[in-house]
Amino acid sequence: MRTIATAPDKRYPDVWRRRSLRETVTGWLWTAAIAFAAAWSVSALDIEWAFFVDAHEQALDLAQRMWPPRWSYLPVIVRPLIETIHIATLGTMIALVLSIPLAFLAARNTTANGFTWAIGRALLVASRSVNTIIWGLVFVAIFGPGAVAGIAAVAARSVGFLAKLVAEAIEEADRGQIEAIEATGASTAQVYLVGILPQVMPVLIGTTVYRWDINVRESSVLGFVGAGGIGLYLYASINQFAWQQVLVVLAAILVIVLVSEAVSAYIRARIS
Amino acid sequence: MSTGAAAYPTTWRPPALFGSRARQRLALLGVLAYLVWSVSDLNVDVNRVLAGFPRALDIFGRMIPPDFTRWQLLATGMLESVQMALAATLAGLVLSVPLGIAAARNLAPRAVYLAARGLIVLGRTLHEVIIAIFFVKLFGFGPVAGLLTLAFASAIFLGKMLAEDIENVRIGPVEAVRATGAGFGQTVVYAIVPQVLARTVGVIIYRLDANVRHSTVIGIVGAGGIGQTLSASFSRYDFDFALAILLSIIALVALGEWFSDWVRRKLR
Amino acid sequence: MAGVLPADAARENSRGALLAVEALTKVYPGGQRALDGVSLVVERPEIVAIIGSSGAGKSTLIRCINRLVEPTSGQIWLGAAEIVGVSRRELRRLRRRIAMIFQEFNLVERLTVMENVLSGRLGSVGFFASAFRRFPPQDIAGAYAVLDRVGLGGYHDTRADALSGGQRQRVGIARALMQNPDLLLVDEPTASLDPKTARQIMRLIRELATERRRPALVNIHDVALAQSFADRVVGLKSGRVAFDGPPSALSAETLTEIYGAEDWSQTIRRADDETEGRQ
Repeated sequence: MRTIATAPDKRYPDVWRRRSLRETVTGWLWTAAIAFAAAWSVSALDIEWAFFVDAHEQALDLAQRMWPPRWSYLPVIVRPLIETIHIATLGTMIALVLSIPLAFLAARNTTANGFTWAIGRALLVASRSVNTIIWGLVFVAIFGPGAVAGIAAVAARSVGFLAKLVAEAIEEADRGQIEAIEATGASTAQVYLVGILPQVMPVLIGTTVYRWDINVRESSVLGFVGAGGIGLYLYASINQFAWQQVLVVLAAILVIVLVSEAVSAYIRARIS
Repeated sequence: MSTGAAAYPTTWRPPALFGSRARQRLALLGVLAYLVWSVSDLNVDVNRVLAGFPRALDIFGRMIPPDFTRWQLLATGMLESVQMALAATLAGLVLSVPLGIAAARNLAPRAVYLAARGLIVLGRTLHEVIIAIFFVKLFGFGPVAGLLTLAFASAIFLGKMLAEDIENVRIGPVEAVRATGAGFGQTVVYAIVPQVLARTVGVIIYRLDANVRHSTVIGIVGAGGIGQTLSASFSRYDFDFALAILLSIIALVALGEWFSDWVRRKLR
Repeated sequence: MAGVLPADAARENSRGALLAVEALTKVYPGGQRALDGVSLVVERPEIVAIIGSSGAGKSTLIRCINRLVEPTSGQIWLGAAEIVGVSRRELRRLRRRIAMIFQEFNLVERLTVMENVLSGRLGSVGFFASAFRRFPPQDIAGAYAVLDRVGLGGYHDTRADALSGGQRQRVGIARALMQNPDLLLVDEPTASLDPKTARQIMRLIRELATERRRPALVNIHDVALAQSFADRVVGLKSGRVAFDGPPSALSAETLTEIYGAEDWSQTIRRADDETEGRQ
């Protein structure tokens, strides 16, 4: 009898939960797994906690040894600073040129077939997954120490970055504009050139300018592996315990990175 | 088409960039001049560059096939990188809370705000490898320096994001929930957490992914992880092992990126 | 410009038609049969309006003719040349003889009007000439002339995305004319335009096709517009030809046959009142 009494009103459940029980459990499991993994990582790294006891004193000591900055070192590092910017700029330019064919190879709608697409994707992943400074190691082995290795490293890392974003823009390009050019009897290369390239131009320019300012920052450490630029001087100063010089170099790096970031932001604001 | 064709101009150039033809030409000249200046300034030794191409082939030949026989060394380095990344994300998350609050304009006193923002600018501008070299000087070679580097970089990044979130919290929902008579804790849970939770989790996962990438690099200056193994193999001209390491790094980074994308897609 | 060009005779196929579609069928991957044995012969330069409800296969038919959509079976003859069976390379050569005007205009938005118009000549210039916008002098003069003809003189350096809908469609028409085509395919040219602009655009297409003595296949969902501007109407229903005849032969019964039951008296009377465009 009870069922008859309640059934007509039972259109709504008594309890409401934002997530199903399953979703809640999954969420907690993920959280627990990540926390556990992090805790295990901390313990596995064998941290000597004793080191931390006097860390603040050591840091303070280091800071005192840095002060006052030895500004007389500044003229010495002007050329390496310019070299750093050259490495970033030339590397970005090379990457820009190479990224266009790579983007067309790696975009689903412009690649020739599944095989060429796979090659394009593999090149993208390889270029992007290896950090600039690791590319630096590779190119120093090839070209020997110096700015050329740095330029090649910057180009090798940036080409995948640019091509990935441009390939995405190609895949999202307006199909109608492409069709219209196809319908005129244009060759495939002309369709890419006239129908697609103008559509992806803003992405291409915007990401190139953006990547350039990232590259100035990356170039500041390429010298650590011998690939030219200011990094070499920073490394040398640290190894000589010339801390007052180190502070000057750090300040100089700070300035060129911040300025390039501002320039890049200004240009991107202008073109959009 | 024949009618009056003669009456129409037979040449046409696209409108000039930068406003006028003269300025367009000037810009082009500027680029060319820059190229000449920079290349000559760098003292590029053409012969050495040319010698590089056969050397590249030689090195490539010695890289193949990649040598995975020392997989234990490889696995130890990779594991150390992942552990550094995970632990650093957690430590960075903890540290980012005070930093984020200190860097929120609408919460922190002006002096604290400026100091926190200064630290954020400093941390964002200096490359991780530079930070790492300082921690190596303070704590010696090994993964601890790497962990601290990544934790510092993560705290800066997450702190900046948190500060922006705090500054952008819309006050409407907060007032609406408070108007129902909710207490402070209830207000935070119902009005603030929902506004920032999905984005925050996404940002943390993104940072974990970034830490995995960076963990492969900072070993170059001795801060532990696979980068240290890679650097050593290059200095010993151990190219087939180096390729094995590079391929492992590519796989790890690609996996991390895939995981990060997957989680953030789920959250949306 | 007066009279059928001598070359036209050679372009005609054995049946003397400018365009002949034979048993054209298109089945989409999902199994949807968009065209089911459509046959259509265009023997003289006339405006053929293709009407039918949405999903009847109008757009598929037009797009199969230049193979923007690949036909499943059937033949298409452009004069003496068969289109369906040819290689991609040969198809590109045939496409140069077939110009298309689109519903969404499909101009390359970030290029200038002149570049869009000249893109009609891409088939006749090489890759580097198109990269550096080096078109032959007669093409450039021709582009200026065509722009004048469609009423856009002076707009050559304007970017396409700065134009209104009607102006964009005029650029689309100019691009099509630059191909100096043997056949015009027009896919819903007015669906994105307001009624007044739509009539102006239809009148322009009719005038230009008549001037150049070229046939035009025009997809159009507005029956009144089709009656006003076409010499011949083809009605499609479920991928088959349900009507083929002069606009005057369209009756309430034939429209019911094509579209299904509806009160058609208003549509037909309005079309009778307006005879503009057909002298």
